[in-house]
Parts: sequence; structure tokens; C-alpha cells
Amino acid sequence: MNQSNKINTFSISRLFVYTLLIIASFLSIFPFYWMFVMATNHNSAINNLPPAVIPGSQLVTNFTNVINTIDFFGAILNSLIVATFATAGTLFICSLAGFAFAKLHFKGKNILFIAILVTMMIPPQLGLIPQYIIITKLGWLNDLRAIIVPGLIDAFGIFWMRQYISSNVPDELMDAAKIDGCSTFRVYWNITVPVIIPAFATLAIIKFMYMWNDFLWPLVVLRDQSSHTIQVALRGLIDNYVRDNGMILSGTFWATVPLVIVFLLLNRLFISSLTEGAVKS
Amino acid sequence: MAQIEMNKQTAPKDSPLSEKKKESFHGYLYISPFFVLFAIFGLFPILFSFYLAFQRWNGLGEMEFMGLQNFKWILTDPLFWKALSNTMIMWVLGTLPQLVIGIILAYALNSVLIKFKSFFRVSIFMPYVTSTVAVAIVFGIMFNSQEFGLVNAILGNFGFDPINWGSSEWGVKIAISTMVFWRWVGYNTIIYLAGLQGIPNDLYEAATIDGASIRQKIQYITIPMLRPIIILTVFTSTIGALQLFTEPLIFIGRTYREEGITVVLYLYREAFSNSAFGPASATAVILFGIIIIFSTINVIIANRLAR
Repeated sequence: MNQSNKINTFSISRLFVYTLLIIASFLSIFPFYWMFVMATNHNSAINNLPPAVIPGSQLVTNFTNVINTIDFFGAILNSLIVATFATAGTLFICSLAGFAFAKLHFKGKNILFIAILVTMMIPPQLGLIPQYIIITKLGWLNDLRAIIVPGLIDAFGIFWMRQYISSNVPDELMDAAKIDGCSTFRVYWNITVPVIIPAFATLAIIKFMYMWNDFLWPLVVLRDQSSHTIQVALRGLIDNYVRDNGMILSGTFWATVPLVIVFLLLNRLFISSLTEGAVKS
Repeated sequence: MAQIEMNKQTAPKDSPLSEKKKESFHGYLYISPFFVLFAIFGLFPILFSFYLAFQRWNGLGEMEFMGLQNFKWILTDPLFWKALSNTMIMWVLGTLPQLVIGIILAYALNSVLIKFKSFFRVSIFMPYVTSTVAVAIVFGIMFNSQEFGLVNAILGNFGFDPINWGSSEWGVKIAISTMVFWRWVGYNTIIYLAGLQGIPNDLYEAATIDGASIRQKIQYITIPMLRPIIILTVFTSTIGALQLFTEPLIFIGRTYREEGITVVLYLYREAFSNSAFGPASATAVILFGIIIIFSTINVIIANRLAR
């Protein structure tokens, strides 16, 4: 094979790879762009042939219509409350349990840990109806606690924290602290927690995104409009008799923007967190 | 899986027994929040689902024991079988292409000489950050059945007649599968990419010296080395596909059109539209059984391949 031939095949495969990646990126990004186009166009623009592909002038009108149809900011606030409390609570509960599994000695530890892993295999729909009944009995229907409290159960989080603590918090440090008379809780709080901040970041991203995007469970227990999270509220937009697509996509666009911005700012952390979690488990 | 370690505890200086007891007590205390919450919102509901599957109940009045009647009723309901076959078809249409294209994209992203790597990575991953509801709404409008719907307009440019995405047998399934595909393909790409980056470069270099072509390298190095990750993604995406709910609910709405109904949507309809908690619970139990069967098949195939 001579030199020029080699360069030739080389650049052809490179061209192919670039074309592939550009098409894939375009198809990935286009729906976001199109959402914005529709969010700024009048509903009738959607009925045009060819369809609109450049932004229009109805940005404010469409969003005003959204606000008149659903309680957009209220729903965003509800989602923020749900996701924040569930995430904070999960971080605490899971790191404490992970700490116990990694560093403390008690009978039945291994079996209990395996039991937690087994719960990860159960599909969430299996208990859906009784869960709904329990929430009704507790009087938590239309109450954000109905989402937050069950959201604190996170078997993966315990697994994740245990693995991280096992391999990143040295036993010597623990023993030294104990000899100095530290209580186990202080060993957790003052020694373990500062070391496991990266594990917190990963779990927080996974959990927050999960809670923010969750749909089936909030749909079941949050019936009243004032309690809707943003995902349930978005569904309210398409449930109308009059389908105003400009308005619908305006709501969808503005509900999507916050998470996309956070993602773009922290993209490395996001991508590694969300995929590492899957691979490690 | 977790490696289980047992460390020898250095004996505490004074009153070893009480120290040990104290540590045990703290251990149980620290793991108790999970178990208490799981007992209330996890274990009890699951057991109660199995119980409800044998009852007739609308959520308010008295329960009535039905024996296997609920199961019989569901397994003879044509709509249930329709829902099951829809779920399977959309699993094939939405999931399998995702895995194939994911590997190809990961391979492209892993090419050494590509510039703008992080741009490609971020844009391909971005759909995953979008909520399923938002994806379903946007694609639902793109897949408008009229000729001016975006997808139909594009097809029209190539001389195709508009397709009735909203209510034709295959139109509904293709539209829903596309939503699933779009949201997850980038996620799987990045997982495969992580796997590819774990393959030592020496292997490829040795193969190049031996004169292997790109296709041979993929076939004999990449695919075998990626096998555990491929098994993982098949496993998780299969379980996800069996639980498909949001996309069809948003796309076909409260009509529960039979072209797009899935098993979980069927369950949801039984429970919260028809207040038939017994049949709905029986459906949940059947779904659980299906997931166990699929997981077992997956494990068996994985073990075969690993040998």
C-alpha cells in the first residue's frame, strides 16, 4: 500500500465518521430548536406547509397563554420542592446507611445488604395501587409529601454510598477517631461526610433528575392543580379541548430549559454521574 | 456485585462488650430509615398487591374474594394481549435499534482523531436530560397525522403520502418508538463509549500490525470486550421497555387507543379509570412475572455468551 493511497482511505473514513456524528448531533438538538421555533410562533404557523423553521414573534403571547392555562410557576416550585427535599433526604439516609454497611460491625449485615440489592429488581408498578391507598389513608393525596417520603427509598443510593465509603475512607482513620473517643455518629459526620462529597454529587444529580422527571406516581397522587409538579402540569396543557400547539410547546420549552442549562454548565459531571451509576450497579 | 468484606475489629480498650453492643446498635439505627420506609411504602404494598389480585374491590366498599377470577378475566381480555403485543413490538422497534446505533456512534466518538469531541458528546447526550413528558409532547406534535405535520411534511418532500401517525396500527407504534429511541440512544452511546475507552489500545495496535481491517477489529476486539456492557444495556432497556407508560399516555391520551396501549397503561386504566383494583393488581402481578421471565432469559443468554 503506498503512502497516498493510505491517506486517501484514511480521510474517507474520517469524513464518514464526521458525517455520522454531525447527523446524530443535528437530530439530537433539532427537537430543542424546533420546540423554540414553535414556542415563538402563532398556533396557525404549525398548520403551514412547509412548516415553520425560524423563530416567530409570539414568544410572550404563547407563554402568557401557558400561564393562563396552568399554574406554571407554581408547578415549577412544586417540582423544586419535591426534588430538593427528596434529594437532600436521600443523600443523608443513604450515606448514613452506606456508612453503617461499610464501616460498622453488626449481625446480619451482609444479608441485610443483599436484601437491599434485591429490592432494586422489583418493578415500581407492582405496589402502585396499595401505595395509592396508603397515601389516601394518610391524607396525603394532593400533598407533596406523597412524592417526597416514598422518594427517600433509594436502594441504589445505599449501594453506591457503601461502595464509595468502603474504598475511600480508610479504616485507620476510623480507628484513630474511635480511640480519641469520637462517637460513631461523629465519625460519620466529621470524618466520612467530608471525604465522600464526590459520591454525594453523583447521587444528587441522579436523584434530582429522577424526581424532576418522574411522572406516573405524581400523576396518580397529585390530582389537584395546585399540587401538580411540572410534568403533571405539562400534561394538563395537552388535555385541553382547544389544541394551541404554540402554547403547548411554549410551556414544554420553558419547563425543559432549566435542566438543559444546568446540564450544559455541568455537562462533564452530569454525563459521568448518570452513566457511571448505571455501569457500576 | 459488592464484594463483601469482614474486617477484624481492634478490641476497644475498656468494656469491650458494651462498646461492641453500642456499635451494633448504631449500625441498626443507621440502616433503619431505609427499612422502615421500605416496609411501609415498598414491602407492604407489594404483598397487598398480591392479595388484591384475588379480590374484587373498587377502593371503597367491601372486598370480595374472587379466587383466580381476575387472572382469568385479564388473560381472556383481548385488549390485554393487544397491550402485551404492543409492548413487545415497541420494545423491538424502540430498543434494539438504539443499541446498534449506540455502538456505532460510540465507535465514531472514540476515534482518536475526531475534533469537537466534547461538543458531539454533549449534544448526543442532551435528549436524556429532557423529561419523558416533554419528549412525548414534542414528538406528538411532530408526528401530527395531517399533511402539515413536521414528519409528514418531510416525507411529503420525498413524495410519500401523509401517514396517519395518530391512529394507524403501525403509525402509533413507530411514533412512540421514535420517542423512546431519541431519548435513550445518546445515553447508551455514552455507556458504550465508557466501555470502549476501557479497551487497551495495544490490542488494536497489535491487530493493525497483523493487518486486520476495521471490520475485523470491531468483530474480534470491540464486540467481545464490550460484551458485559452490551448485556447490561440490553437488560436495563428491556426492563424499561416493558414498563413503557408515559409516551403512549401522552401520545394517545385518555382514549387508550388499542394501537398504542401498553401493559402499564392497561394497568393504569383498570385502576384509575375503571376503579377495578382487583384486575389492576392482577395485571401488576402478571407484569412482574413477565419481567422475571425476561430477566431470567437475559441472565441465561448472558451466561451462555460468557462461556
